[in-house]
Order: sequence, then structure tokens, then C-alpha cells
Amino acid sequence: MIAFPVFDLKRILVNLKRYGRPAVIAIAAALVLSSCASNEAGSTATDDAAESTLSGTINAAGASSQGSAQESWISAFQTANPKVTINYDPSGSGAGRETFIAGGTDFAGSDSYLNDEELAGAFAACAPDTLAVDLPVYISPIAVIFNVEGVTDLNLDADTLAKIFTGAITTWNDPAIVALNADAELPATAITAVHRSDDSGTTKNFADYLFQAAPDVWTEKPADPFPYQTGEGAQGTSGVVDAVTSGTGTIGYADASRAGDLGVAKIKVGDEFVEYTAEAAAAVVDGSPLVEGRADNDLAIKLDRLTTDATHYPLVLVSYALVCTEYADPAQGALVKEYVSFMASEAGQAEAAASAGAAPLSADLQSKVAAVLETVK
Amino acid sequence: MTTADRIAIKAKERPGDRIFSTATVVAGSLILAVLAAVALFLLVQSIPAFVAPADAFKGEFSNFWSYVAPLAFGTAWSAFLALLMAVPVAIAVALFISHYAPRKLAQGLGYLVDLLAAVPSVVFGLWGIGVLAPMVQPFYANLVEWFGWFPLFAGPVSGTGRTILTVAIVLAVMVLPIITAICREIFLQTPVLYEEASLALGATRWEMITMAVLPFGRAGIISASMLGLGRALGETMAVAMVLSPNPQVIFQLLTSQNSNTIAANIALNFPEAHGVGVNILLATGLVLFVITLIVNMIARVIINRRKAFSGAN
Repeated sequence: MIAFPVFDLKRILVNLKRYGRPAVIAIAAALVLSSCASNEAGSTATDDAAESTLSGTINAAGASSQGSAQESWISAFQTANPKVTINYDPSGSGAGRETFIAGGTDFAGSDSYLNDEELAGAFAACAPDTLAVDLPVYISPIAVIFNVEGVTDLNLDADTLAKIFTGAITTWNDPAIVALNADAELPATAITAVHRSDDSGTTKNFADYLFQAAPDVWTEKPADPFPYQTGEGAQGTSGVVDAVTSGTGTIGYADASRAGDLGVAKIKVGDEFVEYTAEAAAAVVDGSPLVEGRADNDLAIKLDRLTTDATHYPLVLVSYALVCTEYADPAQGALVKEYVSFMASEAGQAEAAASAGAAPLSADLQSKVAAVLETVK
Repeated sequence: MTTADRIAIKAKERPGDRIFSTATVVAGSLILAVLAAVALFLLVQSIPAFVAPADAFKGEFSNFWSYVAPLAFGTAWSAFLALLMAVPVAIAVALFISHYAPRKLAQGLGYLVDLLAAVPSVVFGLWGIGVLAPMVQPFYANLVEWFGWFPLFAGPVSGTGRTILTVAIVLAVMVLPIITAICREIFLQTPVLYEEASLALGATRWEMITMAVLPFGRAGIISASMLGLGRALGETMAVAMVLSPNPQVIFQLLTSQNSNTIAANIALNFPEAHGVGVNILLATGLVLFVITLIVNMIARVIINRRKAFSGAN
């Protein structure tokens, strides 16, 4: 017979009897106290926002990239409008669009805009014969982070970056890297290029930049999974940052807000090497044209990855809110309109910048989004 | 006593008897029903994956079987490596506790090993990426430099140490307590007569262990290993956090590219999966279910063949 180690149940029970009564009293006291506290908090909040008449529930799902921004937007919006409940499920862009099209949610967050096939179909949450539009609400620069002993500054162009991540360049003192970094002392260490092992909009945008800027080297079409079977995979943004931090001779890409103390490479734009800034990321989105052949009120952006303007940082991720132009339920439409307007407003963008490290939309783009939202019914 | 006698003196059934026997029957059939429900759920959900078109799979896979094969390999490979490290250590620890250590030390050590079993796997995962991987990386680099000619240690070495060997070490630490605990109990049950007889015949303590304790405990060691294997096969979080995965069959232990395991692959891809992608992941879960079932059945067969020595008699 196999006897498993068992805790002494009897002793636990005895102990429970001995300490049980004070514990119960303590728990009860804590509950009573905390319920008083929450009552107070509730009443003051209602007093503050007495003028808000909005009420209802918004359900949304989509991109996990804007997940932390959504959390801060939701808490700010719900504080101002205590009768509104908003749920955002960061289930991924594809799932978010699918649920929205099927009518399961009131709006979707998505790292890519609706494609022609999706626009050809019907949207269950929208009024019959009306379509949904893409509104940019979240911009995040993607930083190329590295950890190489003795190297603090690193300049890279798209070709070299693509070669590093496809495995064509394997050591840090490769002539291609040395040519771009005349002043740096590059060691002969092997390069470990770290990418995301889970599906990610960050990977897709990183790949999209290289696909457009270095088409000879990066031949795979951009998609959520990392397309090449080289380099090292790590789970999530924190996994990539962790792998780059604790490894030797590592390089990776991650949301810029998470780069921390790691070295961040400058990317060649035109003739200069540009370090990411929130302004440069917002500028490239601002300077990019809208996707052609779509409705006038659709703000899908065709990111100008090949920009030569040195005030632009082309390695960015733009995430959209997909909303109906006319909702089947007008009351729900008004509610969504309020919330999405808040997301794209100056206050909302400042909130996302503070909590999620996003790059705020330019004032110009903010007003464009606001103008479209004006027409939402 | 014959069957007839037993029927003859059948006592009057009291309510307590009826309630208790019904409760045990319900409990017994419930476990079967749950197992059947899980299997049925996996099977029904998997059907779309088996007939999914090639473009539903990520990467360059043409059908489900080519997609799941490297994952199944990675699952078996990492679990095998983990057991390779864990079983000898577990047997040694168990023997030390049961036959070598002074009684007081043995008890404390036993508790300590059991405590290791209570550590959640996510903690092992954090330990793996935070402590173990950076620690073993320089060692891996040397291994590749000196023994790179040996196929398993071929380069290029991973710069972060997050390889399948690191995963196997983490898994080995995780399965160690369960194997040790069971082996210890088995070794303690070796009939004292056997042990004393071999000692009386002039055997040293080591000879006594090889002649009396180990043969007696063999079936127990196997079933302990199989329980450990079950945990290693299904371990999700620690693998997902530590491993740098790649969708190929890869034997090398020290490179950045490693075959992923089924459970870790599900954990990595499920959050963003939708449509038939969910079915594909569930179908890989079904494969894992079948693998575990086969492993357990093999263990049963081995144990039954050596019934004479099992601890049960």
C-alpha cells in the first residue's frame, strides 16, 4: 500500500477550535469596517458626479495591447459616471473583431483595421445597412532593446535589424553592425534575438516595419506569430524584457514603456538615427495617409513606415476602436459614443500615457476622431 | 468461510449501511463520469481541427498531425529528460531517509521534501527564468564550446539559458518530491526479515539494499516514476515561462530553438486564439490526454507483471 504524506488533520482541527473564535471575530470586524468604508466611498462618489446622467453597461473585447490603457480609461470614466459599467475583455484583436461583428460586444479594440471582407458583411450591433468605422485611439512606440556588455548606444537600420532577427547576422561585431556604429566597441559575442512566443500585435507591427523597410531580407508577410524559426521566444512583453535583461548579447523588441534601464537602439530614418519618443511616434501616425478607398469617416491609417523625416519614429503600433456609425439601439450608441470620445480626448490620452506609456494622439488626430464620433448615433 | 455461509449470516441492513454504500458507489461512478465527460468534450471539440484547412495552422503546417507532432515530441522529450535526472536522485534521497539517516534527521528531511511538493508551479517558473537560466547559461556556453561535437550539445548556445535542458531541470525539481515520498514509503515496507537475513549472511548495507530493498520496491519505484512523469507531461506554467519555443522537432539541449510542449503551447496561444484555432489547441489537448493515458497503461502493465513484489502483499 502506498501511504501519501498527510497533514495531521486532527491537530489542524484542534488548532482551529483554539484559534477559531478570535479569528472569526477578527474577520467579522474587518468585514463590518470595510463595508462601512465602502459605503462612505460610494456615497461621496455619487455626490461628486451628481450631474452625470449616463447609465448602462458597455461590453467590449479585443486587442490586449490596449488592455492596460482600457483599464485606466474604464476606471477614470466610471469614477466620473458611477452608473456606467464597462467591461473590456483583452481576448486579442481577431477575437475582438469577430465578437463585435457577431454583435456580442458594443465596440472592439483591434490592432489592425477592418479588412474589405469584413466591411462587406453586416455588423450585428449596428443599425441595418450601416457599417462600422476604425478610429485610432492608442499609439505605442515599439523599442528595440538590447543588452550587450560595454555597449550603451546602438544604431541600426532596417536591413541590419531584419538580418539580426532572421538569423543572417549572428555576432555583435559583424561588419554590418560595425559600419553603423563606428564609435562603439562591439564584442564578438553571439547575438540572441528574442521575440514573442505568444501571438502579438507588437510582433505584427515590428514585422510590418521590416517587411516594408527591408523587403529583401524580411520576406514573410506580417502576422501575429513570429514568422521565422530562428532566435529565441519569450512569453509576453515582460518575458521578452526579462530574457533580454538576464541574457548576454541579447536583443529584442517590446512596448517602449517597458524598456526600463535597458539599452534602446536608434533606428535609421532617412539619413539620421532616431530614438523613440512619444512625440516622434505620434508624428509618424499624424504624417501617414489614411487607407484609400474607404468611407470618409473611417480613419484607418496606412502607416508610413518608409518615412524619411527624422522627426518620425516609424516603429509604432496603432490600435483602433471599432464602432458603429449608427447603433441598432440608439441609447447604447450614445453611451459608446461618450466613452470612446473620452478615450480619444486629451484627458483620455493623457491617462493612457501615464498608465500604459502610450504616445498621445496629436491634437489634429484627436479632433478628427472627435468629428467622426459626433456623427455616431 | 464459503459463500453460502456468508449469505446465511447476513445482518440486517441499517440506514447507515445503505447511505454509505450508495455514497461510495456514487463517488466511484462520478470519477468515471467526469473522465468520460472530459474525453467526450475534447473529442467533440477536436473534430473541426482534424479537418481544418492548411491555412488555419500557424507556420507552414499542412495538417493537424504535422502541427501536433513536434509538440508531442517536445512534451515527451522534456518529461523524459526530467525523469532521467529526477529518478536517480529521488531513489537516493529516499534510501538515505529510509536506511541511512539518523531517525531525527530522516523525519525532518521527509517533511522538507514534502514541502517542496507544495510550491506552486508558477513559482518554479519564476525561479527558472530569474535564477536558474542566468546561472546555467555560462555553463551551457562552456559545454557547447568543449563538447559541441556531441550532437545533443551542438551550438549555437542560447544567450539566455532558457533551453529545454533548463526546463527539464525545473521539471525534475518539481517531480522530485512526489517520487521521493512514494519511494520512501515503499522502501520502508521492505520486510525486515529479508533485510536481516541478508545482513546475517554477511551482506554489507549496500549489498542488502541492492539484494533486498530495491528488488522489493521495483514496482513501487516504477509507479512513483509514472506519477512523476504524469506531472512532468502536463506541466504548463513553468514550461511556458521558461522555454524558448520553436515549432520543430529539435533534439539539441542548449540552443535557443526548442520543441515546445503541448501544455505550454496551449497556454501561450489560447489567450488570442479564436475560431478553429481554439479547436486546434483543444485537439492538441486530446493528444496529451491520450499520451498520458498510454503512459499510465504501460505503467499498469509493468506493475502487474511484477505483482509478486509489489508493496501491496
